[in-house]
Amino acid sequence: MSFDLNFIGILIGAIMASSVPLILAASGELITERSGVLNLGVEGMMIIGAISGFGLMVVTDNLFLAVIGSMLSGLIISIIFGLLTQSLLTNHVATGLALTIFGIGMSAMIGKNFVGIPGKEFPLLFVNLKENIPFLGPILFGHSIILYFAFLLPFLTNYFLKKTKIGLIIRAVGDSPTSASNQGINVILVRYSCILYGGAMCGLAGAYLSLIYTPQWIENMTGGRGWIALALVVFATWSPIKVLVGALIFGGITILQLHMQAVGLRIPVQLLSALPYIMTIIVLVVISRDSRKIKLNTPTSLGQIFYKEK
Amino acid sequence: MYKNFLRYIISVLFLLGVCGQANADFKVGFVYVGPTGDHGWTYQHDEGRKAVEAAGIKTTYVESVPEGADAERVIRQLAQSGHDLIFTTSFGYMDPTNKVAKDFPNVKFEHATGYKREHSNVSTYSARFYEGRTLLGHMAGKMTKTNVIGYIASFPIPEVIRGINAMTLAAQKVNPDIKTKIVWVFTWYDPGKESEAAQALIDQGADVIMQHTDSTAPVQVAEKAGVWSFGQASDMQRFAPKSILTSIIDDWAPYYVERSIAARDGTWKQQDTWHGLKEGMVAMAPYNSAMGSDLVKEVEQLQKDLASGKTHSFTGPIYDQKGNILVADGSVADDGMLAGMNVYVKGVEGDIPK
Repeated sequence: MSFDLNFIGILIGAIMASSVPLILAASGELITERSGVLNLGVEGMMIIGAISGFGLMVVTDNLFLAVIGSMLSGLIISIIFGLLTQSLLTNHVATGLALTIFGIGMSAMIGKNFVGIPGKEFPLLFVNLKENIPFLGPILFGHSIILYFAFLLPFLTNYFLKKTKIGLIIRAVGDSPTSASNQGINVILVRYSCILYGGAMCGLAGAYLSLIYTPQWIENMTGGRGWIALALVVFATWSPIKVLVGALIFGGITILQLHMQAVGLRIPVQLLSALPYIMTIIVLVVISRDSRKIKLNTPTSLGQIFYKEK
Repeated sequence: MYKNFLRYIISVLFLLGVCGQANADFKVGFVYVGPTGDHGWTYQHDEGRKAVEAAGIKTTYVESVPEGADAERVIRQLAQSGHDLIFTTSFGYMDPTNKVAKDFPNVKFEHATGYKREHSNVSTYSARFYEGRTLLGHMAGKMTKTNVIGYIASFPIPEVIRGINAMTLAAQKVNPDIKTKIVWVFTWYDPGKESEAAQALIDQGADVIMQHTDSTAPVQVAEKAGVWSFGQASDMQRFAPKSILTSIIDDWAPYYVERSIAARDGTWKQQDTWHGLKEGMVAMAPYNSAMGSDLVKEVEQLQKDLASGKTHSFTGPIYDQKGNILVADGSVADDGMLAGMNVYVKGVEGDIPK
């Protein structure tokens, strides 16, 4: 492997790009879970976002509309989940799984007409800076606007949950919906909002895949990334910053193992392929060992059905 | 006596009726490993199916069937629902196909790229893709400036290893300094992973990328990075107009039509088919003029020689990685050796995953 600095910069840039969908989806799901709702439909919402984004891009030829549309469709599909779990009080786990299956099937059906169409070039920012500054250039510049947003998002989420009143309300609802309700908080409304926000972020994560990362529509193109995002939230013990770390490790080892193969390191390929999963879990478990903090961050009412007694 | 005769006539008429019915209901089923819109492997099989349909035979297909337990369920379902001939179009369907064939002796099975024909109602067929790989190797060897050729491989099976070896041998012939770098992705079809693999190879210095996976993602990455690439299974030129030098095209249509008609007319027999450039089962997409007219002419000549049998992709002397002789000087590898190929030739880096 060549170890010149610029090459490492390019590598880090590639790792960042591959972790974007995980960061977006996991940050969205984190807010949903902090309000006490467990939505296992991440994969389904992502794939709906991916096809909506790509479809809108083909039909309208407008990338801005495509991105907004993918978020809206993620949001709309999460309304179904909200209606079922919050208004009709169905089981969170079962409903979430159904949402994923529904999303995958639905996207394949819509996608029939969009298969085999080449995508459009998504504008990248500061491309000339990327090429002119060694090492830091490929890390900091030449990315899409969505990547910059994704890397800001965990910090914004952290601030939002810890320092704002609405953040406090969400956490209160997630920890004890009954007490929150007795304080006069509209628990159902808060949870609905969090579900919709999570849906929109998953939609955006899907659009990143179909518009920027591999610009085309392909059935099942999320390839299990939704499940990884879900796992990240849990292993990161509901901390947005740790979600970012986890996503980077996962993306990083995925890319690094391909490079190790390309240089012909004599490690069994099967082990290399499993490495991203193993390492991400180990690292997140190690950095989240403090049980007091885990207790503090875990939404106590996660996945429990809440109804207001009249 | 008269009654018996009448009974005889009626039963004959009835039998004829049933047979006539069966003939009109003759149905061919297809099992695909990817979606029909992959613009690669499955897309080409589906083009073949459409040709069968155009010949007046009813067809159905099931797409995106994972190799493994699911495949057996789908194949069994097709056999149960009255299909008379079933094409299973991926290597991983080999065991499920043979298993189901045992339980449905009246249904004919055709398995692509496999080698197991455990029952008399199973045929196998494949194309000599390696002849196409020889042409790619020639072009890659001439076009590379970094002398590094990147190869995205799917699964360590003889078909894939044969392709890697054929390409490397041809590239070495025109450029002794080339190195083949291989990344195994362990999937036939995962655009995200395929493009990450392509990017990794490019970052490692490869300026020619080729794939034994089915999506168009790698050629798109190559187009963006400004390196050369080759399409796989179908003409992928419009996904990377500047980067693609040519594509290996699998043309299954004539075979599918021939075998379907044979099965309908009752002349179907078990066989093992392995066709190449000569028969047209392997074809090449138009060559990119960016490689210069001299090279295009050279490659066209080589294509003719491979088709006529004047040149063979595996002509000795061929050595394995350790330097042991595989094919003696002056002779060519026989089909048995090609079908079971499980070692790299000299010049390929790394080990075959076990």
